[in-house]
Amino acid sequence: MSDLTGRIHSIQSLGTVDGPGVRFVAFLQGCPLCCGCCHNPDTWDVCGGSESTPTQLVQKALRYKEYFGSEGGITLSGGEPLLQAEFACEVFALCRKEGLHTCLDTSGCLLNDTVKALLAETDRVLLDIKYTDDALYRSHVGCSLQKPLEFLAYLQQQNIPTTLRQVIIPTLNDTERNVTELKRIAAQHPCVDKIELLPFRKICQVKYDEIGIPFAFEHLPEPTAQQMTTLNQLLNQ
Amino acid sequence: MQHQNWNGFKQGVWQDEINVRDFIQQNYKEYTAGSDFLAGATERTRALMQKVQALFAEERAKGGVLDVDVNTVSSLKSYAPGYIDQEHELIVGLQTDAPLKRGVNPFGGIRMARQACEAYGYQLGEKVETEFRYRTTHNDGVFRAYTDEMRLARKSHVITGLPDAYGRGRIIGDYRRVALYGLDHLIAEKKKDKAALGEGVFDAAQTRLTEELYQQLTFLGYLKEMAAMYGYDISQPAANAREAIQWTYFAYLAAIKEQNGAAMSLGRVSTFFDIYIERDLANGTLTEEGAQELMDDFVIKLRVARHLRTPEYNELFGGDPMWITEAVGGMGEDGRTLVTKNSYRVLNTLYTLGSSPEPNLTVLWSNALPRSFKEFCTKVSIDTDSIQYENDDVMRPIYGDDYAIACCVSAMKVGKQMQFFGARCNPAKLLLIALNGGYDADSGVHIGPQMSVMDTDPLDYDAVMQRYDLYINWLCRLYVNTMNVIHYMHDKYAYEKTQMALHDTQVERFMAFGVAGLSVVADSLSAIKYAKVHPLKNEDGFIVGFETTGEFPKFGNDDDRVDRIARDMTHRFITELRKTPTYRNAIHTLSVLTITSNVMYGKNTGATPDGRAAGAPFAPGANPMHNREQNGALASLNSVAKISYDDCRDGISNTFSITPEALGKSEQERIGNLVNILDGYFAKKAHHININVLNRETLMKAYEDPEAYPNLTIRVSGYAVNFHKLSREQQREVISRTFHQAV
Repeated sequence: MSDLTGRIHSIQSLGTVDGPGVRFVAFLQGCPLCCGCCHNPDTWDVCGGSESTPTQLVQKALRYKEYFGSEGGITLSGGEPLLQAEFACEVFALCRKEGLHTCLDTSGCLLNDTVKALLAETDRVLLDIKYTDDALYRSHVGCSLQKPLEFLAYLQQQNIPTTLRQVIIPTLNDTERNVTELKRIAAQHPCVDKIELLPFRKICQVKYDEIGIPFAFEHLPEPTAQQMTTLNQLLNQ
Repeated sequence: MQHQNWNGFKQGVWQDEINVRDFIQQNYKEYTAGSDFLAGATERTRALMQKVQALFAEERAKGGVLDVDVNTVSSLKSYAPGYIDQEHELIVGLQTDAPLKRGVNPFGGIRMARQACEAYGYQLGEKVETEFRYRTTHNDGVFRAYTDEMRLARKSHVITGLPDAYGRGRIIGDYRRVALYGLDHLIAEKKKDKAALGEGVFDAAQTRLTEELYQQLTFLGYLKEMAAMYGYDISQPAANAREAIQWTYFAYLAAIKEQNGAAMSLGRVSTFFDIYIERDLANGTLTEEGAQELMDDFVIKLRVARHLRTPEYNELFGGDPMWITEAVGGMGEDGRTLVTKNSYRVLNTLYTLGSSPEPNLTVLWSNALPRSFKEFCTKVSIDTDSIQYENDDVMRPIYGDDYAIACCVSAMKVGKQMQFFGARCNPAKLLLIALNGGYDADSGVHIGPQMSVMDTDPLDYDAVMQRYDLYINWLCRLYVNTMNVIHYMHDKYAYEKTQMALHDTQVERFMAFGVAGLSVVADSLSAIKYAKVHPLKNEDGFIVGFETTGEFPKFGNDDDRVDRIARDMTHRFITELRKTPTYRNAIHTLSVLTITSNVMYGKNTGATPDGRAAGAPFAPGANPMHNREQNGALASLNSVAKISYDDCRDGISNTFSITPEALGKSEQERIGNLVNILDGYFAKKAHHININVLNRETLMKAYEDPEAYPNLTIRVSGYAVNFHKLSREQQREVISRTFHQAV
């Protein structure tokens, strides 16, 4: 075993919203993007968090194995776990040896050999397609929409079960057109078996205040429950 | 023995001896499919429940007590028959002659009865006062024997809530015996037992038991007469489902007419009833709708059961609970599940009649329970917050497959074991007393071994532990002796005649001790060990506070460094308690359970080294302290699961509150995830959990406007309460508890 370590922001021992079933979620530290809607700005700094070896992290996850049932397992989220792909890969390889289902929550902004090795150990990807419009993607994420789409194409090629996710942000992507486009992208990739729309939430404001950086989307409203229902209906038509 | 009312039942040793378990094992039909078969409430049930709801509203409007009969001492035959709606009731019998009218029961203590009357604007009748002028109550007896030190321990609240002024409760009669055998047979068997005792040596124990049997026989006779007043002859076995439920209920009713014990639990009746229901369904005399109606009517009776308590008692326990605990489900020793259709029906009353704290429905959870039953339970939990769960896989190997739960978490074999209830001591306060060398700064009482105030700064862990041990030894001995006095006197002056008549003559006894504030002690010792704790002294040189600097591991984060301290604490206490012999050779047991008294315990305890302020509430039961958890809900469950059931055979209570969103996105996901959480927690050998699935906002609204939420039920330590019945202080404490939320 290598002496590789990863940087962990925090642990959530009961995750039920990031992947199927009951999951141990490790939020990895560091993210190259700076999405305006981000609710974990405290995970951006690549030097923050605490260090852990893959074995230490997996040992911790195994303390919850009894709760996972037939569906649950471990989810690596972030931050952007692809920034620590080598570490994540080793974590997932160890998990698979222990029979734990592995799930990767990512923006898909990076695709190199290390990431490909990680995906080879991944049972499900939660791929966050933040906008379906390239101009919006560029201005609010910082790179081209092509990146996650290439990532998705690779997932399709490897046939890795995928959930597409999107945070619905009023005035930006709360449109019928956006949802229709998301559906179209999913239809082109049969590896996608689920789409989740998540409401934009501003409870993270306190985190921005604590770190002392501005919350780019502070001025935007949260979607109403009715809005979410309408978009979800459209999604399921 | 044969009886025509047993036609259709499979034979077994149950016919030759009193053995309800064998009857169940020979005759019950396990049910492994889903809830689709269930029927809803009938028009009759709905109309009856409406009447009951109106009575509840009237009771609330009158400050919590609808009416009191101050002139009649509660007993089996002292009231004329009472009804809610005589014409439409399927199961009959009330504690007094009218629904929600409370009787007085001064056998535990006349003072308590008097105060309870006065608190609600009544005066205890002169006849009762006169009668009890010439009578020794349990309370009189106890205070004749209490030593000065026992009185001081009470005064300082280092031991508290002791049943020395009221009925001890926590005894479960095997009420099913009346239905299965009829009273004549039970009386004949007890007479045989009494005759056999007469052949032995009449030492004190033998003489006492013989007199108890005389009392048991007398009260079995009264029970028969009580039923006759309602027009029923219960001398023979029940002939059908309705009679089986009625006979069983009469037995339970007799118990709560006779005794006002703190917890008057029901036992394990659902699957027993199922056998009669199945027989009636098979011969066409009952429909599914009719079966649900019978269970509904029975449960309505349990929901109107009341005892007259003092406001202080209600403040301690959050309203006036009876802990009518019914154990549901579980597995049999032969590997078949004990889940039957009637396990579903009793849970279904939370839909047919609406959610409610009583009866205290307790699911005995096993990994091997049918998945569909597990899913039904978690659905009911999510919808009603009215179920608690206890680990059948850790209890069954000890108690077999016909045990039940008294109060919240106390397991006992039905009809074969009983317990001497002992409330709890306060190890957090004891730690402060130890540091102050035998002085309780909160009450100003000098108590325990007297020595100098601990003078190291910062506190040294080994030195503290050495001293703490000394005080634990002292307290445990005092605690056992105090309990011995209480239960000697309770047996002497307020013996449970009906309930013990429905036990085997030779019973096994537990003496149930308890600790409060375990997480406060664990975190405090952890702070002393891993951080720097500087004691702050007052002008008299006594420690009255602490300044804690540095980080230390906190209970509830699945961190072995501190979780081990908590586990070790319970081990120390039970080991030390066992060193002092008990009254009637009862087996020492220990619970980590506070009910709602965690608020009161905290109020009486100064600041602690973990950073808890003076007077601030403890966490309930074995819960980690509020908002000290950093790794999410399962880490907190793992910490609690580490406390050993072998050390805490009287139960380890954990109350778990989670928002619906944190359980999953859809209803189906929530149901499945909660099943997995329970499976995981109990696979870790944890003992008990209360599940609340609700938002803090809902509680805030109910806090602001209690009248708008009359039926909001929440689980607290080991039982459920109507939120509106909690004191304002308890409501605030519940709101401040950790709610596990989605991130």
